[in-house]
Amino acid sequence: MNFKQGLKDGIPIAMGYFAVAFGFGVLALKGGLNVFEAVFMSITNVTSAGQLAGLSVITAGGTLLEIALTQLIINLRYALMSLSLSQKLDKSVGIIKRMIIAFANTDEVFAVAMSHNRELKFKYIIGLQILPIAGWTSGTALGGCVCGLLPPSLISALSVALYGMFIAIVIPVAKEKRPVRAVVVISLILSTGLYYVPLLNKISTGISIIICTVLASVAGAILFPVKNESGDK
Amino acid sequence: MVYVYILTMALVTYFIRVIPLTLVREKITNNLICSFLYYVPYACLTSMTFPAILHSTNSIYSAICAFVVATIASLKQKSLMTVASLACIAVFICELLF
Repeated sequence: MNFKQGLKDGIPIAMGYFAVAFGFGVLALKGGLNVFEAVFMSITNVTSAGQLAGLSVITAGGTLLEIALTQLIINLRYALMSLSLSQKLDKSVGIIKRMIIAFANTDEVFAVAMSHNRELKFKYIIGLQILPIAGWTSGTALGGCVCGLLPPSLISALSVALYGMFIAIVIPVAKEKRPVRAVVVISLILSTGLYYVPLLNKISTGISIIICTVLASVAGAILFPVKNESGDK
Repeated sequence: MVYVYILTMALVTYFIRVIPLTLVREKITNNLICSFLYYVPYACLTSMTFPAILHSTNSIYSAICAFVVATIASLKQKSLMTVASLACIAVFICELLF
């Protein structure tokens, strides 16, 4: 479980990130950001859902408070992942090392790290994170750079890449677990209502995402409390 | 100005990741909080995807097509990358035909 093993485990994550980040780069430029801003966002945030939501708040001319709240709600799941990861780290991992690891604790990095049945060393996790960060950032850069060169039909096609990935994350779990299915349906109805119903559609994108996420998750927590802590997916 | 927004995003996201990893070393036992956190990713990904996906392409028909294709592929447990690629291809072909 050394640095090299981490690098190896990170390769498939990096390849996936590269492709999805390419789509994000295209979306970011379509939304009015330039390549430097898009890449800066990817290298400082390293999170797909949060960045897409942030992008829509920026594009819609939202406030700083709105963007901060949006990130807080959407990325709250990382708190749970960091918490689980914290229990699994080797005793030798001190506070500075923990502060470094925290930066790129993404869904996929977390999932791979947790799949090992032993305590994790700092070197392994750093190895695991490096290639995905590189893939995420370079994919954004390439997507942003070629955006102006691509024909409109291709840009249109690439615009759904991230959404496709989100669907692929949600649907299999919703199919398997009835409570998740219920939460997804509640969120779907709320977001559709907030998008199309007159007056409600005046609510900005970021706030709308927060409302849907909080209401649907609270409903899920009350109606179908999760037994013990299966919170870490 | 955009950089201020991006840095705000980055700081919030980093704090969420770093605080539990450094300060909280014991497990959360409150069942309601655990349950809430468990559902957050699904609720938030759903609200971000729908209906936004319907208005993300050049025509609503190609977007509907992508949504249906991605949903069916996900029900068949295809990988994230496969689903994302199929959605893109669906839009491309649909806009080519109509």
